[in-house]
Amino acid sequence: MIRFENVTKRFPDGTEALKDISLVLPTHELTAIIGPSGCGKTTLMKMINKLEKPTAGSIYIDEKPINGMDEVQLRRSIGYVIQRIGLFPHMTISDNVALVPKLLEWPKTKKEERVRELLELVGLDPAIYMDRYPLELSGGQQQRVGVVRALAGDPNIVLMDEPFSALDPISREQLQDELRNLQQTIKKTIVFVTHDMDEALKIADSIIVMRGGQVEQTGTPQELVDNPVNEFVRNFIGVERINQKRTFGERKLLEFLGLFSTGWTGDAEKISADSTIEEAFFQLDGSSQDHLAIIQDGRIVAYANDRDLLKAALAKETGVLA
Amino acid sequence: MSNFLDTLVSRQDMIISALLEHIYLSFVAVAIGIAIALPLGIIITRYRRYAEPIIGVTAVFQTIPSLALFGFLVPILGIGSPTALIALIIYALLPILRNTYAGIVGVDGSTIEAGRGMGMTRMQILRQIELPLALPFIMAGVRTATVLTVGIATLATFVGAGGLGDIIYRGLQSYNNSLVLAGALPVALLAIGFDQILKWIEKRATPKGLKT
Repeated sequence: MIRFENVTKRFPDGTEALKDISLVLPTHELTAIIGPSGCGKTTLMKMINKLEKPTAGSIYIDEKPINGMDEVQLRRSIGYVIQRIGLFPHMTISDNVALVPKLLEWPKTKKEERVRELLELVGLDPAIYMDRYPLELSGGQQQRVGVVRALAGDPNIVLMDEPFSALDPISREQLQDELRNLQQTIKKTIVFVTHDMDEALKIADSIIVMRGGQVEQTGTPQELVDNPVNEFVRNFIGVERINQKRTFGERKLLEFLGLFSTGWTGDAEKISADSTIEEAFFQLDGSSQDHLAIIQDGRIVAYANDRDLLKAALAKETGVLA
Repeated sequence: MSNFLDTLVSRQDMIISALLEHIYLSFVAVAIGIAIALPLGIIITRYRRYAEPIIGVTAVFQTIPSLALFGFLVPILGIGSPTALIALIIYALLPILRNTYAGIVGVDGSTIEAGRGMGMTRMQILRQIELPLALPFIMAGVRTATVLTVGIATLATFVGAGGLGDIIYRGLQSYNNSLVLAGALPVALLAIGFDQILKWIEKRATPKGLKT
């Protein structure tokens, strides 16, 4: 478990990259940190292996503060994958992957065995690729090597800084799938920085949404899609994506209150604002009334007839949210 | 032509000893130049704001006409090979220094960040990443410095440090063109020869993975 406790980062010019952040990243889970550029997501991640140091606050790994730890030793115990791959062009694939084991002074046979095992894990035949140089490989293959290089020292934690963003869309999708499958087997604590919401929703166990050095929301992909806490998160996830991820029947009346009228004075069938539109249709259909009175916090907040419900249904198609 | 060959044969002892002196001067000057400029080049990549001024100083030395520089040094250091060596070293500094700096600064930042993030110490990053990747540049600087030094070393004769310049100078004074040629030709061959050897080393030094 990685825990941030009131972490603040202020740069010498006075800008605050991170403002009093407290977070817990659970063990064996893939946590994605997402946000627009400049939101502090990379800075936050780099604090875990001390590439960045907090101005205030502390970070704990398994409840041990990393402050006092030797940074070189710490980094050797944490896998690190960077955006622009960062393989060493003058070293063979085998030497690249074996870098951390070499720093940790593993015996030669153990290193070699580990390299073979890891290359096979990502579908690169060791016999073919071990002695090649990075520039002889495609971008996707290079980043596969980048990922397994981070796993070479068998770290419990792996940090990934937008690892797939430089790849073409097809390789990116493939690597995302592979990472997800890989994670099923290796069960590492992975911190994955990205600005791509599709990527985060696809691979993460939980997502941290950041803006301007602060955490806007944390939750599972489903929680984020179901209940974005504010306009920013909603926009960041994308209205279309919210609509795609949720079927029509699961959407609640309270999301559409703006579409409904408040001026009805006749009889109406009462319904909770927490009901889904599907439920509303059924209730209206089975009722003698032609209006529903929508109840929120014990009082009527709006009325809706079948046309209004239809409007809400259409809102889904056009992506307009009330 | 036959005149020239006669000169070569009759003066061969003198030519050979001048050639050896010339090689000695050039070689020692470049070696000391590397010993100074290489570490200095590495240091200024760590303190980049001093890089421009320091490279600038060596560039200013470079603009001093070589004959004038030898002239300046005589009143201070007297005549003899130390004076010649110091002048030659000053000329050798700039190409090596500038290429070392440019080579290391040119190493892709993501490679260095990857090394740091994986727990390499600064020394390991320097020796295992920065220097190997900058080596082709550094070698190119050494090549330039060497060719330059071999040429300028002909002026060592004016401070009494010998070398092939002696023969050229003697030829000029006695209006003996064959003798001038007997001094100039080995200088040219020496420069070309050194350049070819270093080119070969440079090629060997280029990390394999970068040649694709």
